[in-house]
Amino acid sequence: MGRRAKNKQAPPEPLDKKEYNSPKRLGKRKAEDVDDKPRPAKKSKDSASTRSKSKSKPSKTGSRVKFAEDDANSSDGWEDVQDEGVIGDLDSLLGDDDDMLRGPVQEFDFGSDADEDEPEPTPLLRGRKSKQSKPPAKVVPTGSDDSSESGSEEDEEDRITIANMAARSRALDEQAAAEAELDIAEQQAAAAASEDEDDDIDMEEDANGDIDAEPFRLPTAAEREEEKISVPDVHTVQRRMRECVRVLGKFKRLAEKGRSRSEYIDQLVADIASYYGYNEFLAEKLFHLFAVPEAIEFFEANETPRPVTIRTNTLRTRRRDLAQALVNRGVNLEPIGKWTNVGLQVFESSVPIGATPEYLAGHYMLQAASSFLPVIALAPQPNERVLDMASAPGGKSTHIAALMQNTGVVFANDANKARTKSLTANVHRLGCKNVVVCSYDGREFPKVMGGFDRVLLDAPCSGTGVISKDASVKINKSERDFTLLSHLQKQLILCAIDSVSPESKTGGYVVYSTCSVTVDENEAVVDYALRKRPNVKLVETGLEFGREGMTNFRGKAFSPSLRLTRRFYPHVHNMDGFYVAKFKVEKRAKAKKQEEEEVTVEVIAEDGTVEQKEKQEEVAFDSDEDRPYLEEAKRRRMKAKGLRPPPRTKAPAASATAKASA
Amino acid sequence: MRPLTEEESRAVFEKLANYIGKNLIHLIDRPDGPYCFRLQKDRVYYVSEESMRLSISIARPNLVSLGTCFGKFSKSGKFKLHITALDYISQYAKYKVWIKPNGEMPFLYGNHVLKAHLGRITEDTPEHQGVVVYSMSDMPLGFGVTARATVDTRKLDPTSIIIFHQADVGEYLRDEETLF
Repeated sequence: MGRRAKNKQAPPEPLDKKEYNSPKRLGKRKAEDVDDKPRPAKKSKDSASTRSKSKSKPSKTGSRVKFAEDDANSSDGWEDVQDEGVIGDLDSLLGDDDDMLRGPVQEFDFGSDADEDEPEPTPLLRGRKSKQSKPPAKVVPTGSDDSSESGSEEDEEDRITIANMAARSRALDEQAAAEAELDIAEQQAAAAASEDEDDDIDMEEDANGDIDAEPFRLPTAAEREEEKISVPDVHTVQRRMRECVRVLGKFKRLAEKGRSRSEYIDQLVADIASYYGYNEFLAEKLFHLFAVPEAIEFFEANETPRPVTIRTNTLRTRRRDLAQALVNRGVNLEPIGKWTNVGLQVFESSVPIGATPEYLAGHYMLQAASSFLPVIALAPQPNERVLDMASAPGGKSTHIAALMQNTGVVFANDANKARTKSLTANVHRLGCKNVVVCSYDGREFPKVMGGFDRVLLDAPCSGTGVISKDASVKINKSERDFTLLSHLQKQLILCAIDSVSPESKTGGYVVYSTCSVTVDENEAVVDYALRKRPNVKLVETGLEFGREGMTNFRGKAFSPSLRLTRRFYPHVHNMDGFYVAKFKVEKRAKAKKQEEEEVTVEVIAEDGTVEQKEKQEEVAFDSDEDRPYLEEAKRRRMKAKGLRPPPRTKAPAASATAKASA
Repeated sequence: MRPLTEEESRAVFEKLANYIGKNLIHLIDRPDGPYCFRLQKDRVYYVSEESMRLSISIARPNLVSLGTCFGKFSKSGKFKLHITALDYISQYAKYKVWIKPNGEMPFLYGNHVLKAHLGRITEDTPEHQGVVVYSMSDMPLGFGVTARATVDTRKLDPTSIIIFHQADVGEYLRDEETLF
């Protein structure tokens, strides 16, 4: 198994994690997982670097290095695994190595373990001066080392498997030793070049130990304006982000006097937008979904690709057979997790995974792990009638057909005719014989056909959960897109609910899912559906992991049953950002009650005007009396069109007269 | 969507019989409920009656596919079997050919099967007979027509063609635009 491949894709275990507790706990867990497995290459490299270090440096430094390694191995294993890709990218981008490397590691320190872990290292750190004060992070083998120095070797190594592990580890040893020496030389050169920077870092270290030598200063509005004109220095932006996160964590203690929390947040959002390349609107929208340190993790996670996963087509083969066949073709894979028995995670492959004979024969489908979730939640049963409202390219539809074992009927609909081609191709390739492909706008649906047992609505969305797949989302989404999308989603979800037959014996379920993480595309839409259709209620999704949906968000309160919906995040579950909600549609037995309610509402609204009505019947039409109502209706119409109605001058007077007459 | 006319059914059945012979009857008489052939925009679909009845309510311009596509009628009225029919053809095939692993990829790229790639073949296969091509692990890869009878193949040199390519599963990728 390739060491590097493993590092690129974090192990699949977190997929079946029950709950997300804290980034630190997760880190520990993962680190343990990683350490459990034999990783000879890495260990040998570490030891090699230690050896070379201690040889070339005074003993004091040697001990420091050892400490750093212990630290890295014990607590920072997760960062080591997770962040390598990003850091590598950044590193190659900037050509500025160690400070960048340290960035994310330190962020987490602020949040969680600053108090427990710091006291020990601080004396050491404070004691040494510029050259020696180089951060030990460099010793930890990271992606940056390879990307900058041995990029070409990486490809070769990827192909290497268990067969020549020993030879490889030996080669790695040598390489590590050479690298370590190089590092030392580099460190010294860099230290000499940027002594003042190092001092800065020392200060930070001190600040970490809660002694503020040079406090972080938030730029003023004028300074920010200035920076907008000039090109911002990535290094300073990163440092500022780190500081902002730290200050926001302990605001009362660390904040500058006279600066408000919102100033810090504004600065942080602006920095995130420029650092990760988002437009300001989206950065803010996503930032507010999480607590501050977690938001940074989320943005970091969007920079790394998610693991490649495939789904076994149970209509054609079994997972074990498929895994065997693919291993024989030189594919390195492993089951995704305990929560699915058809998913496989691909680590590396010597053949194109989308063009093997097995793929062409329909033994598997390339599909993101998150796309399994709505189908698992839908849980289709044999001999049912199921509708997939927005189905292209057919990953979920074929999954449904496979779960129904080719019985019953699956209607796979997609509004886009061009995309139904690949949908049809996938349906045929995977041997789904019970699928009918049609191309309607989803909103036409109860009219075309209703009476479904189950409906899956994987709604068109902004794709904020799949930024790692499609980075164009970062800049091309505006406020208007979100309003349009959530409007469409609200229409679609009502259509989906109306297409389900409440009389269904086995089903009567609707699953709503999006690959977006924003609240107005998820909870807001579900809440809207609950309000508009009193005969539906939320039920358990049947997914044992994922976070609960939000019941209130920035002043909006949703139904408490939204706790039953599930959210999935890239930084927590190592899959695309996703949202799943499952509804049960019940019979409309309460239709009568509803009417009564409406009647009572009417009475309440016009309590004073009931007698008036009787009078009107005698007098027929009274234009004076109707004027306020007409006026009001006119104003409302103008508002609906987005025009500003003229100020109420006459209206109150008119209504007063109306009341008087009443 | 409409049932096939007499002429169209004959064309379809003749083509199918070339591959599955008398097993054709199993396509019509199925133990798991009635199945039927339907024509929708040149394409012939083989679908369970239950599905067919439900999809009647979908308007013609919006109906893209139902059940399994068997093939299409050309403008001149000839019927061409598509790779999508492979599921049923391989299930009932009378004559089969297995090709060696090194011959899989050339066949999946649309080439004819050479003698060098031939692993196994059903005995006494006649000339110009429709056969289903399998990999050595019994995975159906496509179908074709024999160039020679089994008995004649022994004398041939390794580079000569044994089976003319008709359709292979590689078309799902190559011809996705035109196939559906």
